Amino acid sequence: MIVSRTLLALVATAFLAAPAAAQEHGAPQPPAQKWSFAGPFGKFDQAQLQRGFKVYKEVCASCHSLSLISFRNLAEPGGPGYSAAQAAAVAAEYKVQDGPNDAGEMFERAGRPADMFPHPFPNDNAARAANGGALPPDMSVLAKARTYERGFPWFVFDIFTQYQEQGPDYIHAILMGYEEAPKGFTLPPGAHYNKYFPGHAIGMPPPISDGQVTYDDGSPQTIDQYGKDVSAFLMWTAEPHMMARKRLGLQVMIFLLVLTGLLYFTKKKVWKQVEHA
Amino acid sequence: MASKQQGVKPVTTVSSAGHSRRDFLYIATGAVAAVGGAATLVPLISQMNPDASTIAAGAPIEVDLSPIAEGQVIKVFWRGKPIFVEHRTKKEIDEARSVDLASLPDPQTDQSRVKEGHDQWLVLIGICTHLGCIPLAHQGNYDGFFCPCHGSQYDTSGRIRQGPAPLNLAVPPYAFLTDTKIRIG
Amino acid sequence: MSGHSTYQPQSGFMKWMESRLPIAGLVHSSFIAYPTPRNLNYWWTFGGILSFMLGVQIITGIVLAMHYTPHATLAFNSVESIMRDVNYGWLLRYLHSNGASMFFIAVYIHMFRGMYYGSYKAPREVLWILGVILYLLMMATGFLGYTLPWGQMSFWGATVITNFFSAFPGIGEALVTFLWGGYSVGNPTLNRFFSLHYLLPFVIAGVVVLHVWALHVVGQNNPTGIEPKGDRDTVPFTPYATLKDGFFISLFCIMFAWFVFYTPNFLGHADNYIPANPAVTPQHIVPEWYYLPFYAILRAIPNKLLGVLALFGSIIILAFLPWLDTSRVRSARYRPLYKQFFWLFFAVCIGLGWLGSKPAEGGYVLAARVLTFYYFAHFIIVLPLLGIFEKTKPLPNSISESVLKEGVPLGAPAPAPTAKV
Ligand code: HEM
Ligand code: FES
Repeated sequence: MIVSRTLLALVATAFLAAPAAAQEHGAPQPPAQKWSFAGPFGKFDQAQLQRGFKVYKEVCASCHSLSLISFRNLAEPGGPGYSAAQAAAVAAEYKVQDGPNDAGEMFERAGRPADMFPHPFPNDNAARAANGGALPPDMSVLAKARTYERGFPWFVFDIFTQYQEQGPDYIHAILMGYEEAPKGFTLPPGAHYNKYFPGHAIGMPPPISDGQVTYDDGSPQTIDQYGKDVSAFLMWTAEPHMMARKRLGLQVMIFLLVLTGLLYFTKKKVWKQVEHA
Repeated sequence: MASKQQGVKPVTTVSSAGHSRRDFLYIATGAVAAVGGAATLVPLISQMNPDASTIAAGAPIEVDLSPIAEGQVIKVFWRGKPIFVEHRTKKEIDEARSVDLASLPDPQTDQSRVKEGHDQWLVLIGICTHLGCIPLAHQGNYDGFFCPCHGSQYDTSGRIRQGPAPLNLAVPPYAFLTDTKIRIG
Repeated sequence: MSGHSTYQPQSGFMKWMESRLPIAGLVHSSFIAYPTPRNLNYWWTFGGILSFMLGVQIITGIVLAMHYTPHATLAFNSVESIMRDVNYGWLLRYLHSNGASMFFIAVYIHMFRGMYYGSYKAPREVLWILGVILYLLMMATGFLGYTLPWGQMSFWGATVITNFFSAFPGIGEALVTFLWGGYSVGNPTLNRFFSLHYLLPFVIAGVVVLHVWALHVVGQNNPTGIEPKGDRDTVPFTPYATLKDGFFISLFCIMFAWFVFYTPNFLGHADNYIPANPAVTPQHIVPEWYYLPFYAILRAIPNKLLGVLALFGSIIILAFLPWLDTSRVRSARYRPLYKQFFWLFFAVCIGLGWLGSKPAEGGYVLAARVLTFYYFAHFIIVLPLLGIFEKTKPLPNSISESVLKEGVPLGAPAPAPTAKV
């Protein structure tokens, strides 16, 4: 008894000592935004996805590829809700490389719905060369590839609250996070100070400013709104079947609750005659 | 709980537990579990069907006919299948139209296998209707197609004339966009 | 498998079959008539849950393998095309990736159950060792599978884990080159990992058969830790255990479905959505949660070879548990001191897991050293001594007696655990 108490105390001290010793590093936590797609019944807001797509197309696409997304995806269920004809029209605005033809030459043609979004640069090295050595990451799954430490006990609560929008929160925070570098912070040449970027020195210059993209549905034309819209759009590109997933999830949950209940009562009935501990 | 004090009875068989098989609860539980099991099969089976990118890649294709000389056959691919596009000569058309339909294993007129006004253009799925080999053009006894696998012979309209294949070479869905351009699919 | 063949074939065909291949009799004696102690609690349903999860992993895995491409330049995109284009591909992939975690949750509960109730003691040593082998195989399978999506964590996890073998003096470097099939983790590594990831689950299934066979020879342990003394202490497997297991599997599926449908990436790492890049190591490289305690043990030890040996040792030591625990009483119910040490050990394992997820610096390393020391001390010092010094509570005379008089001390002297009745 005494032995185990002493050991328990030792373990507890070790636990308490640990976090104190570890230095605080990294950036502040991105503020959590309200997302229409959060939670068990969350749905993408089609108008928001369309605005976010506009921001991507007019701003981000000049540096960031979207290599896993094809034009046809724009018209698929659970997405921004374009018609097949609209998606084909978007595709046709792009030039896509095809070939080789009978003469053995590559040629350019108008995009088709089955084509992927073309890369802004011919290869990664070209992208680095054009961006001061920093490679703009592909955006297809960016919203799932970026996160930040939630820390104890939040990560436990997250299982129950289903908070899993770290990615879009982070992307929005980056767009909002450009500031003057504080005194004493030496910014490497070509880098920009960003409050939310790990290490604060980001290669991307502030990409967007108020009023830069025209919205025709009356939504505010602010960095904040652009950031929310493009983050929502990128959440959709990262998880295009999210709505189908949550819908099926509800059906499966209801089914399992019924089955579990029935099994419970069946089990109880069968065991009724048997004394057991 | 007094009865418990009398001791534990051995439980050896299902029926000694004293319930009837036709009990509603058991049937309901079994039925719900069976429905769940069946529903689980849906995704497992459905994943075998063509995926969305395969379906999208199966979209219609356009073929420019202008470079195809009279007497020439070209092969293009649509949905992973070879498509023959043949620019037939007058002789070939005449041959195809002078056959006694009653003598054919799969009777069809040549006219019904081409588009009106474009009688020189024969568009076929280049897959032998026997077991799927690709027949060779301008070969065999009927000057049409000859399948090297098991010897099926097709005529200048792609109709089966001899050999184990049961049906004529199929005509894919297509339409003329202009006189020199077709869309297949 | 239990030798209780009371099976009577009914139809002519079954009689004909039974005298040639007595498979129906085998099934009957193993899964219908097989006697299970009547006092098993829900911690005993995890064996069934594990079998269920093995089935889920094998079925979803075979289906994923129909769409997955094991090639360094194509693997990441093939997994993404499963997520995007394959019909229900997202479901199958999330079932498989979360299924691995559920499998480990179940195996940990199953193992701690065994430790609490002393299920490893004679005559169940072989059964227990087969379990340790299953656990090792699962760890290998999970690790190999995690490499397949070829994201940053896949790549760097594979690099770090295979580098364990470079710790062996003299042969280390040749050994890792052999494992990789190259001078670094690359396409040949991915190809062999895929092949082995496909193979091992079937090896697991084979060892499961041995595990169940051994189980049916010696019979199940139970919360009292005393052997059943005949029919009064047992119930037939079907319908009693089948329904109880079925109910708990269904409950377990609710948790599983919660992760799959609502927080499918919670148990994974964001970095694994970045394609593998041999030129950049992720900031904070952590294994899957189920390896974290062992990762903490590895990092607690400042010497490379000793760290690797401690890591393997921490698993291998489990196999010696039947002999390290010298107590003649099985169940912690009747071992007041052991009960406390058990929970302390449990807390230490959780603590090691937490430390495994933290950077290896400052107080974390110190804490990991203390807990690592305790982890081994539990096996090497505490268990052997407890058996000698602990004063155990009196055991009931039989399971049925304990069922009737739950918790009432019966005053009988503690007999040695009896062998099979
Ligand atoms: C003991 C059973 C198994 C365990 C514990 C297991 C574990 C895993 C894990 C952890 C992953 C990585 C998931 C991710 O993060 O995406 C994975 C991927 C994969 N596994 Fe398994 N697996 C098992 C059985 C199988 C079987 C039997 C097969 C095939 C026959 C299979 C095929 C695959 C394939 C193709 C992938 C890559 C696709 C993906 O990343 O989702 N697995 N497995
Ligand atoms: S496949 Fe053409 S003849 Fe058999």
